[in-house]
Amino acid sequence: MTPIAIDASAMMQGLYCILPEILIVATALFVLFVDLILPEENRRILCGVSIIGVALSLFTVFAMGPGKISGFSGAVVHDGLGAFFEIVILSACALTLLMATGYSEWEGTHKGEFYSLLLLSTSGMMFMAKGTDLMTIFLGLETLSIPIYVLVGFHRHRMSSVEGALKYFLLGAFASGFLLYGIALMYAATGTTKIAQMVPMLYDARLAASPVFLAGVGLLLVGFAFKVSLVPFHMWTPDAYEGAPTVVTAFMSAAVKAAAFAALIRVLLLTLGGLQPVLWKVLWVLSVLTMTVGNLSALVQNNVKRMLAYSSIAHAGYILVGMVSGDVLGGQASLFYLLVYAFMNIGAFGVVMLIAQKEDEGYDIDNLAGIGFKYPALAGLLTLFLVSLGGIPPTAGFVGKFYLFSAAIKHGYIWLAVIGVLNSAASIYYYLRIVVYMYFLPAKGEVPVPRPPRIAFSLALCASASVVLVLGIVPSSVLEFAERSVLSLLM
Amino acid sequence: MVTGILDYIWLVPALPLLGVLLNGAIALFCERPLLLAEAAHGDEGHGHGDAHGGHHAPAPYRKLVAFIGPAVVGAAFVVSVLAVLALAARPAHDRFFVQVLFPWIQAGGFSAPAALQLDPLSSVMILVVTGVGFLIHVYSAGYMSHEKAFARYFVYLNLFTFAMLTLVLGSNYLVMFVGWEGVGLCSYLLIGYWYEKKSASDAGKKAFIVNRIGDFGFMLGVFLIFWTFGTVNYTEVFAKVPLLSANGVLTTEIATAITLLLFVGAIGKSAQIPLYVWLPDAMEGPTPVSALIHAATMVTAGVYMVARSSSLFLLSPVSMGVVATVGAATAIFSATIGITQNDIKRVLAYSTVSQLGYMFLACGVGAFTAGIFHLMTHAFFKALLFLGSGSVIHALSGEQDMRKMGSLKKHLPITFTTMFIATLAIAGIPGLSGFFSKDEILWKAFSSEHGHIALWAVAALAAGITAFYMFRLVFLTFFGESRMEPEVEKHVHESPYSMTVPLMLLAVLSVVGGWIGIPEVLKGHNYFEEWLAPVFAQGAAGGHGAAGAHGAAHHPVALELGLMAGSVAVALCGIGLAYYLYRVRTNKPKEIAEAVPGLYDVVLNKYYVDEIYDFLFVRRIVNGSIVLWQAFDAAFIDGIVNGIAAAVRGAGDGVRRLQTGVVGNYAFSLLLGAVLLVGYILTR
Repeated sequence: MTPIAIDASAMMQGLYCILPEILIVATALFVLFVDLILPEENRRILCGVSIIGVALSLFTVFAMGPGKISGFSGAVVHDGLGAFFEIVILSACALTLLMATGYSEWEGTHKGEFYSLLLLSTSGMMFMAKGTDLMTIFLGLETLSIPIYVLVGFHRHRMSSVEGALKYFLLGAFASGFLLYGIALMYAATGTTKIAQMVPMLYDARLAASPVFLAGVGLLLVGFAFKVSLVPFHMWTPDAYEGAPTVVTAFMSAAVKAAAFAALIRVLLLTLGGLQPVLWKVLWVLSVLTMTVGNLSALVQNNVKRMLAYSSIAHAGYILVGMVSGDVLGGQASLFYLLVYAFMNIGAFGVVMLIAQKEDEGYDIDNLAGIGFKYPALAGLLTLFLVSLGGIPPTAGFVGKFYLFSAAIKHGYIWLAVIGVLNSAASIYYYLRIVVYMYFLPAKGEVPVPRPPRIAFSLALCASASVVLVLGIVPSSVLEFAERSVLSLLM
Repeated sequence: MVTGILDYIWLVPALPLLGVLLNGAIALFCERPLLLAEAAHGDEGHGHGDAHGGHHAPAPYRKLVAFIGPAVVGAAFVVSVLAVLALAARPAHDRFFVQVLFPWIQAGGFSAPAALQLDPLSSVMILVVTGVGFLIHVYSAGYMSHEKAFARYFVYLNLFTFAMLTLVLGSNYLVMFVGWEGVGLCSYLLIGYWYEKKSASDAGKKAFIVNRIGDFGFMLGVFLIFWTFGTVNYTEVFAKVPLLSANGVLTTEIATAITLLLFVGAIGKSAQIPLYVWLPDAMEGPTPVSALIHAATMVTAGVYMVARSSSLFLLSPVSMGVVATVGAATAIFSATIGITQNDIKRVLAYSTVSQLGYMFLACGVGAFTAGIFHLMTHAFFKALLFLGSGSVIHALSGEQDMRKMGSLKKHLPITFTTMFIATLAIAGIPGLSGFFSKDEILWKAFSSEHGHIALWAVAALAAGITAFYMFRLVFLTFFGESRMEPEVEKHVHESPYSMTVPLMLLAVLSVVGGWIGIPEVLKGHNYFEEWLAPVFAQGAAGGHGAAGAHGAAHHPVALELGLMAGSVAVALCGIGLAYYLYRVRTNKPKEIAEAVPGLYDVVLNKYYVDEIYDFLFVRRIVNGSIVLWQAFDAAFIDGIVNGIAAAVRGAGDGVRRLQTGVVGNYAFSLLLGAVLLVGYILTR
């Protein structure tokens, strides 16, 4: 047996390619270690350390630039698409960290491992966004999922938290099975798990019609659909989102969705050249089902957290609209929307977190009555986020939805756009219902006093609000970035 | 030097925005602490009637707010006047100016910049919005002076002005949509200004819900324009119309679809049948708001949009017919409701709906100029009527029921005189502004190639009814015996100058406003039509021949004069009838109502349209989504759970049984989805 030759320069290039991930994992391990030796009252330092790690990683992503760097014999790649999603995921992680300390202290669940779990999950997401081998994507998915299962059940004293975690875990394992089985079938048909090697084979009509391969693609799609909660694979979402600590819910709804969509976009855009005629109807149906069921279910919720959970299901449907056409404009629209969605959704959860006094009980919509004029800053921020979620100008949500639907129209999917606009119009009812409660309904009894936010928390809210507003008014630079990212994939 | 002012056109929307920021800061840092402190000391529970709160010593910041609010709009008016003068100095074909502020949305050859466009049409709109808006801001400073949340009110009002100016100045449909949603938002906020009052917050919600339907149509229309033309900029879209209709891309069917969708948006915003129901309820807001938003400006946005898209509408005879028919039907339908209402503001609200119908009728028969002309004159006299009614309500400590008024002529001489002038104008008495604009519409409804004698007849009849209900309002309010509560009567007083001066200025405008559009047949000169000609000429050239002005040439002068005399006669009949019923035989109306009880009740209850909508849509939709949600998330699970749970019962303790049962069903749904998905791909 010959010793395996290690190519030092290839190794270095590979490590350089995953430098942002290395930084995050190193921070996670450091935090875990420091937590052991740090006295309990100084735990807040851990949050600061984590934020520094995330900032460094984010800086590295920018410093590495948009150039394509491939590593580990093509298992991962640093390219425009990867960089775009790393920015989305790291921003979501940073916002979550800024909110986490205050939240955990109110809830009395301030523990050091929270931060390392969050960071480890983030590293998994980043690998998923950068993976060019189906195995890398799968490993990334598992690395992101396992810490998230723990985080959902982080409130061990709350029944709903534990229940949500268990459901999510059991179903997640089930869905991972589908994904892995899909990868296996695709491997059986093509002899490779590398996406780049699969793409040229798709021009062979026999492969494109091979049942083994197509079944593999279908199962892969099911696995992704579960993670981004497309109907009918969404059943776990409301329970897990409602049960999880709200700060984790915010993180999941933005970052997990972004990571899973990153991998889905990479696979779909690269393979759709050959598969679009097969898949577009499937994506069309999934998108319509997801938008419609998500919005209609959200309409009747009285628990704000559950309402936002259904709203996040509906948003997965909107984002999928951009992928039905499978071209640059659609991909670009989906990317832009995922970025905007991360900020507006975390922002909305952030404000709701402050107003609700207590997990489980505090999220009833009645609780919001009378908040409006008493706490104008908080109410104004929540209104901004909800208006953006509803797609009303001049917010980023409007620009994003406009792009998604015009991409569909440009390719002649008129009905998809009509259903999308109709859904979007319907969604405004439940978003603005919250606004109506805040401003137009007198409180029953005392108006609840929101928790006074820490400076870090206020910073996170203000940052989200500025992104939502600025990208609504001058979105062009980010749109161009999204366009370059999609193009980098196809080159 | 004069043209240089055009480069500052951005100041027109920017100045009200500055007002929002300044007043917003005052509201946040000066007013809010005061309100909170007051609330902490226990609210003395004053009633939230129109303009009547307790009398507090005015805080110093209020003077500043009362200055900033109107001043920014006044400054915007000055800039607008200068800009329009600069535009007018150019030759007619060159009266067009676009200022790109920044590229807004850009991708794949598509671009929608944030840009302002000043042309004859938008200049009429900005003059009306800033001019009438300024007077209403001044009036508000007096009218709302007893309100606690004074700064907040002006924040909303300035924000509304900003959004409305964005709507009319935008150079593409997307910027228009930004303004469109903006004015909507401010409208809900201002309708619900007295949010503690349940009817006010309900009305805000209703306006919001009804407008969603309209916005849905508007947005789809814009998407269809984008799909057809590849752009949403006005100049590019309208320039492509001849080419695309020649090469068959823009078929009549597509033009019909686009314009009907846009018209759905217009119906929602401008309160036409069947979406008019929100406007009367919107009267729950403060009266100056009714004057500004629900009479003079926002509700006319739909008319503006249709006129702006005239070259698209002209391509589709079907859409033109729909617009004209809906307009005429709304004009007469809501006029009949106006007869039976007793709340002074509701009469005016139905009158507004009816007058908006006239404007759409004008657009539908291709007389876009006449529609915009009536939009302008209506802004003058209807704003005056609302502000006058506000002055009456102010004098009567919040009373809005006309049955509890009467003989106010001697108490409120200025209010009476100005309102009487506005009433003459809306009734179409020759020489006043309303006569010229309404007569233009009636004539075009008859003579235009899109017109029809039936449209003329309906509109003329509605004009008679208008004269009747307006004089009924005047007679009930200002003449006859006093029917006021004695307590109220003691305090009756004419309003302060900040309120009466705007009334007088608007009265002047209500008289002379029409003189810029005197028809040739009366030996006048229609400057207004000449001014707008460059905007609508291209539409006429791209459509089915020239409509509007040139159609009139085929008819003899005598006919035009005859119809004019006819419509004046109908109006005089309406006035005469009102005089007979409410001055001479004052118990006759009651007898009539008792003679035809069924009919009277139906009209009094506004044809039960609200109740029918509630039954048909509101309850159905709410119930429907609950059922759907249950089917998907509850029934689906529970149904199968029971089966599986029964099978595993006894296998473990209670909690675990429940858990596995539910999760099993979630997994089942997942599996089912996977089987369907893979099955479809394989068997496709």
